[in-house]
Amino acid sequence: MLFDTLHPLIGGFLEDSSKLILPFEKRTAWLIAAVMILLIIGSLVGKLLERSSEERLNSAIVRSFNQRIRSWWLMCAILIAGLVIGRTGTVVLFGMIGFWALREFITMTPTRRGDHRALFWVLVIFTPLQFFLVGLNDERQMFKVLLPIIAALFVPMRIALANDEKRFLERSAKILIGILICVYALSFAPALLYLQIVDSTGRLWNADSTLSANKGLLFFFVLITQLNDVMQFGWGKLIGRNLIADRINTSRTSEGVIAAAASSALLGALFCWVTPFLFWQAAIIAVVISLTGFAGGLTMSAIKRDRGVKDFGTLLQGHAGILDRIDSLCFAAPVFYLLTEFFFTS
Amino acid sequence: MQLTSRLLVAAAKIISGYTVRWKHVMPDTCQRIYFANHTSHLDALVLWAGLPAHLREITRPVAAKDYWEKGWIRRHVASAFNALLIDRREVKVHQSPVDLMIREMDDKYSLIIFPEGSRNAKEEMNKFKSGLYYLAKKRPDLELVPVYLDNMNRILPRGEVLPVPLLSNITIGAPIWLEQGESKQQFLGRARQSIIRLRDDEE
Repeated sequence: MLFDTLHPLIGGFLEDSSKLILPFEKRTAWLIAAVMILLIIGSLVGKLLERSSEERLNSAIVRSFNQRIRSWWLMCAILIAGLVIGRTGTVVLFGMIGFWALREFITMTPTRRGDHRALFWVLVIFTPLQFFLVGLNDERQMFKVLLPIIAALFVPMRIALANDEKRFLERSAKILIGILICVYALSFAPALLYLQIVDSTGRLWNADSTLSANKGLLFFFVLITQLNDVMQFGWGKLIGRNLIADRINTSRTSEGVIAAAASSALLGALFCWVTPFLFWQAAIIAVVISLTGFAGGLTMSAIKRDRGVKDFGTLLQGHAGILDRIDSLCFAAPVFYLLTEFFFTS
Repeated sequence: MQLTSRLLVAAAKIISGYTVRWKHVMPDTCQRIYFANHTSHLDALVLWAGLPAHLREITRPVAAKDYWEKGWIRRHVASAFNALLIDRREVKVHQSPVDLMIREMDDKYSLIIFPEGSRNAKEEMNKFKSGLYYLAKKRPDLELVPVYLDNMNRILPRGEVLPVPLLSNITIGAPIWLEQGESKQQFLGRARQSIIRLRDDEE
């Protein structure tokens, strides 16, 4: 019985690790190589800018550029490490990222003494369980209902049990929004690896190596969200005029968002060879990723503004501020997953 | 013992996700009294774990005997982080806690103490007990280093058994000494203020 339940986890792990020499198929390898080259160029440009920043360029922008490049190296390394370990490894890595993000979220949100037990459940039990269910990949897809139904009902109940009625609704909402964004939404990204994808002609995509092929799709998704982030910022600085919500965020402009969506479409089409999508489908999906990524950035800005901080990193000085890096990822992941599932699985 | 200590440090890091900041002071092997605000049973362990490894070996948290001698696990943990256990209930005349601390410190060890006495559930820190003053008076050479522990009361508050693994901060500030002619009240007030200042700087 136990073996049957665990089999998909262990089985996936073993099958993957037997191909350790080239753990992903050629297309994914090419994509990774391309990203590496981009990152190397980015790092070199950053070094050059750093040297000449004193005279000409705004050194704050250069510093944030270099920080971004550094965190991308880290993210890329984590992603590749995960892909080498296999599906299960990737799920575990995303689980740790989600756990850390939720930790940051709750740390910067004031809670009351009566929330302690509810928080314990959320951080120590529900979060690992969610990613366990993603890895379990059972037929009923329990991971889709655990948090929005079970946890959403359980958390207010647990707070009520603690016998403290002050700001009850607000406290429940804070914790639930935290798990919804940091854990539930994020878990759709590694769940991509378990989809049985068919391409637009209805044939099973990568029938020979389904296990490793979806890794390319995940990489594609992360790449587009991250590039879109920086393009929104860059285009906004270059041609941005009209702020979308000036009280929430002072760098997102409508021009920046539109230009970034267009550039993402271009990039999506350019990288369509790692996905099951035709080039125009890839372009449309990239636009969707771009817009949902924007939605994530804006929503998290609103939460940060509400707490009176610029980014999670400054609030928790010295901490990495993972939540600042993955906000767009969290919002784009479920939409990307559901679109792929709806149109590209049999 | 080595193994338990290492496990303890790892556990403290995972549970409390601390970052350590040394402000206007550097890690040093000279004899010090680290004094901190006290809100959680984890305080002593986390502050000790937050020190660099070579300082950990020569730094002993002062902890309550009644809590840490209960049960095999607690005793084992306490000896792994080399805790100096003090009996809070039975203070004997010839064996005052301050004398005991000074004797145990010798010319090698530093101590971690919580001058509020017991864990505090309120926002503001309690008044300091006088131990810190007598330590400073009897050993004027010691550096008294204020430490502010942030968020520990949310990770393991009073009365809870299971910790919630949030993130925390350890801020270590510039040392103070007992000034010439300073009264007990003045000194204890100034010591308390030095921790409050670390907290306010952070915000």
